[in-house]
Amino acid sequence: MLEVRNLRLGFAAGRSTLAAVDGISFAISRGETFALLGESGCGKSATAQGILRLLPAAGRLLGGSVRLDGEELLALPEAEMRRIRGHRIAMIFQEPATSLNPVLTVGRQIGEVLERHSGLAGDAARPRMLELLRQVGIADPERRLDEYPFQLSGGMKQRVMIAIALAGDPELLIADEPTTALDVTVQAQILDLLAKIQVDRGMGMLLITHDLGVVARMAHRIGVMYAGELVEVASRDEFFARPRHPYTQALFAALPDAARRGRRLATIPGQVPALDAMPAGCRFADRCPQAMPVCRERAPAWREVAGGHALRCHWQGAGVADAAGHAVTELAIEPGRPFLEVAGLQVHFPIRRGLLQRTVGHVRAVDGVDLAISPGRTLALVGESGCGKTTVGKALLQLIRPSAGSVRLGGADLVGLSGRRLRAARRHLQMVFQDPFASLNPRLRIGEIIGEGMDALGVGSGGERREALVALLGQVGLPAAALDRYPHEFSGGQRQRIAIARALAVQPELLVCDEPTSALDVSVQAQILNLLKELQAELGVAYLFITHNFGVVDYLAHDVAVMYLGRIVERGRAEEVLGAPRHPYTQALLSAVPSPHPGDAGERIRLPGETPSPASPPAGCHFHPRCPKAVDVCRQSYPAATLISGTHAVHCHRA
Amino acid sequence: MTGFQIVVLWSDVLVWLLVAAGVGVGLLIARNPPLRAAWRRVGASRAGMASATVLAAFVAVGLLDSLHYRVALDGAPGQKTRYAVEVLSVLDALATPLRTRNEKTYSAPFATRLYAKETVDVPGVGAVRDYPPLKHGGSHLAGRDDEAAADVAFRAFRGAVIGFLAWMAIAALVAAAVRAGDSAVDAAGWRKIWRRETVFAWDAVLATLLAMLLAGVPLLLLAADYHVFGTDKVGQDVFYQVLKSVRTGLIIGLVTTLVMLPVAVLLGIVAGYFRGWVDDVIQYVYTVLNSIPGVLLIAAAVLMMQVVIDTHPQWFATAAERADLRLLALCFILGVTSWTGLCRLLRGETLKLRELEYIQAAQAFGVSSWRIIVRHILPNLMHIVIIALVMDFSGLVLAEAVLSYVGIGVDPTMTSFGTMINNARMELGREPVVWWSLAAAFAAMFVLVLAANLFADAVRDAFDPRAA
Repeated sequence: MLEVRNLRLGFAAGRSTLAAVDGISFAISRGETFALLGESGCGKSATAQGILRLLPAAGRLLGGSVRLDGEELLALPEAEMRRIRGHRIAMIFQEPATSLNPVLTVGRQIGEVLERHSGLAGDAARPRMLELLRQVGIADPERRLDEYPFQLSGGMKQRVMIAIALAGDPELLIADEPTTALDVTVQAQILDLLAKIQVDRGMGMLLITHDLGVVARMAHRIGVMYAGELVEVASRDEFFARPRHPYTQALFAALPDAARRGRRLATIPGQVPALDAMPAGCRFADRCPQAMPVCRERAPAWREVAGGHALRCHWQGAGVADAAGHAVTELAIEPGRPFLEVAGLQVHFPIRRGLLQRTVGHVRAVDGVDLAISPGRTLALVGESGCGKTTVGKALLQLIRPSAGSVRLGGADLVGLSGRRLRAARRHLQMVFQDPFASLNPRLRIGEIIGEGMDALGVGSGGERREALVALLGQVGLPAAALDRYPHEFSGGQRQRIAIARALAVQPELLVCDEPTSALDVSVQAQILNLLKELQAELGVAYLFITHNFGVVDYLAHDVAVMYLGRIVERGRAEEVLGAPRHPYTQALLSAVPSPHPGDAGERIRLPGETPSPASPPAGCHFHPRCPKAVDVCRQSYPAATLISGTHAVHCHRA
Repeated sequence: MTGFQIVVLWSDVLVWLLVAAGVGVGLLIARNPPLRAAWRRVGASRAGMASATVLAAFVAVGLLDSLHYRVALDGAPGQKTRYAVEVLSVLDALATPLRTRNEKTYSAPFATRLYAKETVDVPGVGAVRDYPPLKHGGSHLAGRDDEAAADVAFRAFRGAVIGFLAWMAIAALVAAAVRAGDSAVDAAGWRKIWRRETVFAWDAVLATLLAMLLAGVPLLLLAADYHVFGTDKVGQDVFYQVLKSVRTGLIIGLVTTLVMLPVAVLLGIVAGYFRGWVDDVIQYVYTVLNSIPGVLLIAAAVLMMQVVIDTHPQWFATAAERADLRLLALCFILGVTSWTGLCRLLRGETLKLRELEYIQAAQAFGVSSWRIIVRHILPNLMHIVIIALVMDFSGLVLAEAVLSYVGIGVDPTMTSFGTMINNARMELGREPVVWWSLAAAFAAMFVLVLAANLFADAVRDAFDPRAA
């Protein structure tokens, strides 16, 4: 149905145009999902925008053809193109929060598409809108139709986006990272919905994603993009069973999971080449473990290895080189005496209303959390967004003042400390933040950034300072020359290394890592995880690893604590919690994670609804409204901890 | 040459302090790569550099007008030297012919006769009502009025030729410098400039310079023998008044920002960073200040200050000092009433910055709040401050004109665009109409403000974090 041939797109930069998408070809037939897979900056989104001719101002169409049922889209006048957009090809975007207009009701926004493409307006359109909202699984559509986007949750906004996309009865749906901004349980709901709608309507779908799990769940055929080119196209089964391109293989090998515990993850050295410095031969040659001289001279042509499985690579081998990663010394530390103990930690944010700003309630972001961390071990704090896991991390460091509870560090309580004593205590705890672009001051040199903690805490003196800084940079794998450079000269992964070096500069015993890899690509994530593991083996530093990525937890964590609405619902050693989860929420979370192995379907537990607001948590067990096993007692009292084993505890009446 | 006594007015001190601060900031920028890169983008902007060239000419006039002195009076030998009451500036000295050759009353640009008929005694005819010849304007023609047009054209042409030659000399220097500064030998500096291969927008600077020289040199040559912009009611040369107004405009634009900047930056950052009751207090202060009609507040303050000045004549040695203090007071009042906008802007930006992770990382190290403000917040606000400064400048020059027009601006003895426009109010109602005073003030102010606005645009584009 859709046929893209030799599409070339570029971006104007000064007087030259840099090709961001360089000659890609693929076809999508009715009822088929074609997934474009690739890391950030490889041209996936530009391809989607090019198909709809919605390129940003600097974008240029350089050539090629896009045919929809034989009709050439690139040659159509703009007025004709508007008929195609929304009516025959619809698009849903990554961020549901910004793709809906906040000042229009849901009904107005769906109505706009209906009016344009089916001539329905006013009262006549209303039944159709209700039907659409029902199709995307929104309960009580009559009420929702007159609500504004801010009254909806993230998952519901994405459902509304899908309803808007469906309103024009499209034949092809382009989904640009449709679930990246959503929590796993909601992501599972949306993916189910998309799959169901596609089957019902026989739509074609172009799915753009970087997540192998989502691909395994959704796609029929897969195209891997690298640096503006398609490098491998295969059907799903072929793709997951026999990936042939070294890049694809490296992507698989870089995924962290339990099977790779104790080994280094494979990484892809270097970075995606810049648009203005594309290599002449194969674009992956510089980072490829299998590169041969011919790779640098000639760009490989398409080569078909099996029915429907084609790739662009000179290398004829097929071996999956997963064994390459050599072992990292795993510190076989038994949990010794914990050096950091958190008891009954509460962080309540007051809700103020009215002229006199009186407190009318509290957001219970963290509501009684107990944790213990032993030296040299990694505790993963897992949960969906809004469950309070980041707040726990910041409250440990006293960046947010806890409302109650204690944080005992080797016998001294940090809560309530201030001034010099707090500063001295801060030396023992440091934090690595989520966004490497926001966590480094763009106006300071790397040396000044890393040295800041040393200054503030009085570590190291003038002469030895520079040596210490160079040693730190060496530890995180950066050259000494980096000291005099500015953050904007570094890539995301390098910035995260700098942030880790900054935290390590004061030799902390505990590093709070707040989703340190969620803003990074898979191959870079693998580098950072390797680094964290090495540092732990070398320095014996303990990590509190805050994340929602179960692959990372599987790979890295010794202990796991699962949070829901400000409380820990299950805790234990990683193999206990992940292998034999006892809390229904943990079970649902684990089953909702899309697995990058199409084989292990397993039993899927789908949670209804979304996490309630921590301002008014449900009575009784916080989880009971969504729990498939809830009984009467769950509605009445919050369950106490049930010990499953010496280390495994769960808060559930039914455990 | 008679002796003289250097007079340092308060506004001169501030002006030269500003120049020194400008040089200091320039050195600081040269040492800071991100800022240097941003200013390099300003340097690459054609409109920005063309307007900067025009601004530089205005600033040069303003600076020449900021070196004051008093001439010694001829007294009997042995007596204590006494100095003239009149305070002059270097600009006045350079423009002595313009300053001293006053006519009786109005005369049109390039006129050789007055604009009003008078009763003249013509020998042999008796008393005749006619336009009397000017004392100075076109006096070298000795009454041959019909030759005036040809003379003006010839002098203008001569001026244009001299201007062009001067421009060629400057352009050759620039071309040589461009070639020397670049090791590439393939293209001559001259060709590089016009093919826009230089990083700095030399072509825009040279083109503007050419236009300025072609217009300016003939004007200066003609000004020696004619009143190029005419004369005003008391016969003063309007061109001279325009030159004198430039300093007033620049001082109002620059010194006012100097007054308001520390207040706005300090209060804005403190409110945004510390939140809580500090934020409440600062917000209430500027909300209240903003709710008082601006002109009313300024009028009240200026009138009160006028009373203070009038009751303490002993404070001032000369009239210039009195006018100068009034000018500074006006700057101060404008500054006190105009910091709220920038303060609000900076508060908002600080609110955003304080949540950023590098600030939290610094807090996790126990870095003190003031150090975080100086090291992490202030540098990241600098682009807003710079943009606000250049954008406010033109607004303040216009505000001065409005206030002086209303009569609550600068001292009536001080020349400014506002007082010129204020005087022109009556001239427009006169028959036949006197248009040149207003037109000259308008044109000069228009060029100054337009150049400042274009420059502000270039600066804003260069410092826009999204474009960087």
